[in-house]
Amino acid sequence: MTSNNKKELLLEMKNIHIDGFSDERWHKILKGVDLNLYRGEILGLIGESGAGKSTMGKAAMGYTQPGCKIIKGEILFNGTDLAKLTEFEKRKIWGTKISYVAQSAAASFNPAHRLMDQTISAANRAKINPTEVLRKDAVQLYESLQLPDAENIGERYPHQVSGGQLQRIMTAMAMSPRPELIIFDEPTTALDVTTQVEVLSAMRSIVDKFNTAAIYITHDLAVVAQMADRIKVLRYGEEVEESETREMLSNPKEEYTKSLWSVRSLIKPEETNEDYMLSIKNIDAAYGSSKVLHNVSVNIPRGKTVAIVGESGSGKSTTARVITGLLPQTKGEIIFDGKKLSPKLEQRSKEELRRIQIIFQMPDTAMNPKQTVDEIIGRPIEFYHGVKGKEREAKVIELLKMIELDESFLDRLPSELSGGQKQRICIARALAANPDLIICDEVTSALDQIVQEGILKLLQKLQKDLGVTYIFITHDIATVKAISDEIVVMYQGEVVEQGLKSKILNPPHPDYTELLLSSVPEMDPDWLTNLLNKRSS
Amino acid sequence: MPGDFATEILGQSATKSSVEALRSELGLDKHPIPRYFEWLSNVFQGDFGSSFSGRSKVQGDQGDRSRLVVELIIPRLKNTLFLTGVSALVAIPLALLLGISAALYRNSVYDRSATGFSLVTVSSPEFFTGYIFILLLATLFPVFPTIANVNEDTSLIDRFYLTALPVFTLTLVTMGHMMRMTRSAIINILSSEYIEMAKLSGATRYEVIVKHALPNAWAPIAQVITINLAYMLIGSVVVEFVFNYQGIGRLMVGSVYNRDIPVVQACALIFASTYVILNLLADLIGIISNPRLLYPK
Amino acid sequence: MSENTQSYSAKGEVSNITKRRTRFERIKIAFSKAPLSAWFGMIVLSIYLIAAFFAPFIAPHGEAEVFPVAYAPWGGEHLLGTDQIGRDILSRLIFASRNTLGICFLACTIALFIGTIFGIIAAIDRSYIDQILSRSIDTLMAIPVMIFTFILLSVFGPSNLNLILILGVLESTRFFRISRSVAVGQVVLEYVEVAKLRGEKLSYIIFREILPNIASPLIVEFGVRFIFIIFTVSSLSFLGLGIQPPAADWAAMVRENAILIQYAQYDITAGLTPLIPAAIIALLALAINFVIDWYLYITSGLKDDIK
Repeated sequence: MTSNNKKELLLEMKNIHIDGFSDERWHKILKGVDLNLYRGEILGLIGESGAGKSTMGKAAMGYTQPGCKIIKGEILFNGTDLAKLTEFEKRKIWGTKISYVAQSAAASFNPAHRLMDQTISAANRAKINPTEVLRKDAVQLYESLQLPDAENIGERYPHQVSGGQLQRIMTAMAMSPRPELIIFDEPTTALDVTTQVEVLSAMRSIVDKFNTAAIYITHDLAVVAQMADRIKVLRYGEEVEESETREMLSNPKEEYTKSLWSVRSLIKPEETNEDYMLSIKNIDAAYGSSKVLHNVSVNIPRGKTVAIVGESGSGKSTTARVITGLLPQTKGEIIFDGKKLSPKLEQRSKEELRRIQIIFQMPDTAMNPKQTVDEIIGRPIEFYHGVKGKEREAKVIELLKMIELDESFLDRLPSELSGGQKQRICIARALAANPDLIICDEVTSALDQIVQEGILKLLQKLQKDLGVTYIFITHDIATVKAISDEIVVMYQGEVVEQGLKSKILNPPHPDYTELLLSSVPEMDPDWLTNLLNKRSS
Repeated sequence: MPGDFATEILGQSATKSSVEALRSELGLDKHPIPRYFEWLSNVFQGDFGSSFSGRSKVQGDQGDRSRLVVELIIPRLKNTLFLTGVSALVAIPLALLLGISAALYRNSVYDRSATGFSLVTVSSPEFFTGYIFILLLATLFPVFPTIANVNEDTSLIDRFYLTALPVFTLTLVTMGHMMRMTRSAIINILSSEYIEMAKLSGATRYEVIVKHALPNAWAPIAQVITINLAYMLIGSVVVEFVFNYQGIGRLMVGSVYNRDIPVVQACALIFASTYVILNLLADLIGIISNPRLLYPK
Repeated sequence: MSENTQSYSAKGEVSNITKRRTRFERIKIAFSKAPLSAWFGMIVLSIYLIAAFFAPFIAPHGEAEVFPVAYAPWGGEHLLGTDQIGRDILSRLIFASRNTLGICFLACTIALFIGTIFGIIAAIDRSYIDQILSRSIDTLMAIPVMIFTFILLSVFGPSNLNLILILGVLESTRFFRISRSVAVGQVVLEYVEVAKLRGEKLSYIIFREILPNIASPLIVEFGVRFIFIIFTVSSLSFLGLGIQPPAADWAAMVRENAILIQYAQYDITAGLTPLIPAAIIALLALAINFVIDWYLYITSGLKDDIK
């Protein structure tokens, strides 16, 4: 991070009002936000979904998405008001003086062009340098970004390269014309934690090297702490607070900011017992001919929470599918409450199915969009307990109260609920069966931070009141700390280790656990620097 | 249409025995399925058999006039290929031009009229369009002939003149479909994320269209063309009938009336196999054009 | 802008959500904003439906009633003249709506049912049932419908029942393909897995979970295939193998009276006579296309309606 001497003002956005058109109406997206950016500094723009940060970021280059309109405000870039320029004039700035790094690199690259051509296209068009010079420069950028085979990777097509590599190449593309400002729009959101570390460090080093100014948009607090000199918090299209990173981390002023920070402070005291609700022993499983689980054995104590942690491809969700019977195992057995469970879903009894429930990650797709809340929660009640009519409705209302909602929700469709509300309905649906074991598959990963806290607290309360056993699948270490008694670490279809939370989270660690735990960004601005130093030594 | 060929030829006055005799000679008495396979195996050897109709009774004795089906079909096939070929050459460039430009100027007056026009042509069956042309350009204002009387010896210039109306008809009908499909394929591409990214990188409108959109467009367009060639082939049957154009379609329809089965079978086979090949080609293009398959990881 | 996190409540959570309008309200709004073309389409369609249902009461004469003068000019008893045998053309046009619409609707509905049920089953069971069905449907689809129907009708005879059955089976392939592809998109969503995990029966999953979510594209496909079937039946009738006389059919009437075109120079109405039944078919297709386009517009637009 650069030091903050007297600097030149590069970008000055004053009183930005932007509206968006949907549902036959204009809605306010940004309601009068200011933004100042100095040369060579990185400003972090954080907020939850719907806060307007992406719109603000794009507005910084004078771009509004189709369906959006700048109502009021000035966007002074180097003194020129971008809001007043024509499309033609703006295009001369885009890609040369201001670059944009999109959230999804995979969708943003043209599938028909080679990577090198796309990397240098903007600089080439502006004739900043002859093509050959640009090519050599691009290769050097690839090297600084630690891409494998920097000499030749440019000859490949987008689909031949991994997601993390694409994100870095996109950064190279943004850097190639040596812009004055780069806008990073949630660039690491879609990446695994361990990949994210590499991409973050690459991005920061290159921005530092060329003293480029940057706006870094994200919802991940720990990430923004690593990248930004200053942080601005947005909510509902308005600014909440802005200050220097260290200041904000140690001393947030607004309640809302404080709440964002405090989410990661939930901790559950651990307990365990030897009475196992579920035991899976020596499970192998495969999709077709490729084996995805190797000799997996896990014990789940009754009434407690076991977290299964791992990254994508670790096999944690697959394990859940095996337990529920969606994917029959090729070897090994499942013992539920002392009795063996048939590997196939179709062969299990209704009772067995009732006692194990699962809640999925994306509440949008986990509910039938054409069914009301009443139908969604009521169906398992009717199906498992044979209860109908008024009695059923009473039970539905009871469940709604348990998840901290009320009967006004009965007639709503899923599309009329917020993310957190949707997930609560899914929890209620699982509870409706009165199960012994609930598998939570990444249930908070798609939610905003504050909402996550609410869901986790709810789940804990339910466990205390009802004595349900949880298997909690996640990739987020903070969640694990908050909710689990025991932890199982998985990597590439195998169990790396399992045991009490305190044992797993404290050293010594097997290599992978070490890697995983250390890759999780922490709320310390120096975390990334320290980590990189440690790893390279 | 009950009654079979043997009875038809010999006329009402046929006696039972002569009918039987003719039947056995033509092989109509054998069970249909082995007959079919026998025919199929002959086809693969290039032998489509003899037309039934060549045996029709003639004034005076001129011996066995049965003609080989193959001889009958080849000139007709050439005619049909001429008709569809010329129509394709006219329709494809026009439809692509209209479709692409309509997509580029989406929702403009131009786009809306082009779309409206294609909607009308798509809703008009071939016999409607064909007879309108005949009414306007052959009867009321005799620019072109009503009947496309083409044979082996017609010169090329004359050919164009005589087949003008059928070509117009076939072109108009297919153009509508092609234009709509092209337009929607281009709109689809233009709304991709990488197009927005190109704009954000400063690409000019020209660059966005030519350098970014078009390379991804030729594959869906090639598919649209192949599929519509298949439609055009089927549509030509009706067009040939309307204008009494001596092509394969006309032959097939006429042979059904005469119950000339080998001819019908042969024509149907030609249509079906061409249609299948064109559709296969369209699928193949879809597969090949996927860069993930061209350049595997 | 500060909210005390202690008093955070799930109920009051973020929602830029508009209250859902009732179905009745939505329909009212959709109709009030319908473009001219949609109104045109709906009115025309209704006219055809009325003609089809009430033909015997509306038509001035009988379908097969023969009058002494063939090819009579327009006017008097016969508003549109008589055909080659002497039947009143106007009456036959009205009766033809019943024949054509009836046959095509039946064929299309059969195709819809067969294709959709099998399509959803194939989507749910992605193993060998899907493979067998998909391969056989692919083979069936490779054959051009009109040619195939043409052949089959010439072999089995051109009865109305044959027409309906053959087209129903051949067109079901299209419904299979589209219902399968849309259903596959739904089947991979977790709410279907939730139902499976509950132990729900196959029929419940098909009709209560999947079908409501694939209805829209199926309705559009029904409209599109309906037009295609009308064109196929018309082409076949035009060529002589479709609807058989004395039953009235628009396309057959075109062929029967085509000879009149050459007299257009003397009597323009004569030239127009064969074109009228053809224009009727075109108008019907146009009307259905307008309604389909409007329906497409609404169903895609409505996604923004309920945020």
